[in-house]
Amino acid sequence: MQDQQIEMQVNGKPVSGVAESRTHLGDFLRQTAGLTGTHLGCEHGVCGACTVIVNGDAVRSCLMLAVQANNCEVTTIEGIAEEDGSLHPLQEAFQNNHALQCGFCTAGMITSLYAFLSENPSRSDEEIREAISGNICRCTGYQGIVLAAKEAAEKLAKR
Amino acid sequence: MKASAFSYHKPSTLHDALHLLQSEEDAKILAGGQSLMPMLNMRFVQPETLIDVNGLEELSAIHYSDIIEIGALARQKTLASNPIIQQHLPIMQEALKWVGHFQTQTRGTIGGSLCHLDPAAELPMVALLYDAELEVSNASGTRSIPMQEWALAYMMPSIGPDELLTKIVIRPWQGAYGYGFQEFARRHGDFAIAAVGCLLKLENNIITNISVSIGGVEDVPRRFIECENSLTGAEFNKDEIGERIIEPLNQVQYLDDSLITGAYRRRLLKGLLLRAIEQAANRA
Repeated sequence: MQDQQIEMQVNGKPVSGVAESRTHLGDFLRQTAGLTGTHLGCEHGVCGACTVIVNGDAVRSCLMLAVQANNCEVTTIEGIAEEDGSLHPLQEAFQNNHALQCGFCTAGMITSLYAFLSENPSRSDEEIREAISGNICRCTGYQGIVLAAKEAAEKLAKR
Repeated sequence: MKASAFSYHKPSTLHDALHLLQSEEDAKILAGGQSLMPMLNMRFVQPETLIDVNGLEELSAIHYSDIIEIGALARQKTLASNPIIQQHLPIMQEALKWVGHFQTQTRGTIGGSLCHLDPAAELPMVALLYDAELEVSNASGTRSIPMQEWALAYMMPSIGPDELLTKIVIRPWQGAYGYGFQEFARRHGDFAIAAVGCLLKLENNIITNISVSIGGVEDVPRRFIECENSLTGAEFNKDEIGERIIEPLNQVQYLDDSLITGAYRRRLLKGLLLRAIEQAANRA
């Protein structure tokens, strides 16, 4: 039982492939689905860069086997924008507030905040800071990210 | 940073899971994976076989009828918002605020926290406070292990290689009592440098019943019996409590390393202990 036939919906499209049992979801998304927007940093659950959304929940894609996401609905950073390419309020707000520099942490920041604000967009500064406390950014100093999250939250609350 | 190869099984019944555990050599249980997956990725563990128990729906249930029964597969996220836990075990929800991050609570399970048994783990501290009983099963039967006998040594629970933790049974205290949970970590979601849980009953400002658990300071989370004995019958005032915890604090075998010294842990534990007792007394 080394190789697994795996099927999942990624950003609304079916993806299927064969992967070893030990392949984690992050590697499957990058290597089999060809979606390299999901970044793998520490691969032990600390940095948050690889965060994706599985059946509505934000998860570390390095801490879940690809085979465990069999038949699940997965959203990655590539699935956040609208189909016509127009940016999601979070993406716009990140641009407006200089909430990224090198961009390595950005996919995980946005997927985390997407899941967090989807549950409830009315969040205090403190709650936003706590929500991204599991996402490490080494460029921005976090101020811009918090501002972006607040700006996006206000827009999302009006939707 | 890639796991070594293993064979993977995902049983759909408890019966099948227990038989696999019995028949497979060197098998590890995969539940939420928030501790095991990092250990696999870093190759701290290289099991031959993984048995994924996430298909065992019956292990996720949370029931209440005088006692609280929590399935081992109940996710931390579920526990944090479950109305039974909110009403009958609010200290668990306070402790959960310190457990990892929201992106790990979506997967992490209570059974995983208890079996991994990190020295700084919060959920074992809650189970200790209430003398929880842990039900474990193997192919030939089920037994119940009192929480105070659960930890054998550093990250080593009292569970056999062919056994699976299925349920946590908690008896809430009768009558009015208060609870407190205090922790210090350098960043939100980091491992506790020190943590304290406390339940207590007050009658005419006298502590008639007290349960204290500590985490992060020793090899395993444990009940702080020395402190409980010293405080039972004490009047609740800060000077009296401050006096009575000095000797118990001297009994703790503090973890001591180059990053965090035993002396610092002792200092933190003292402060957190006082706060947890006060918090519990104010709610009693």
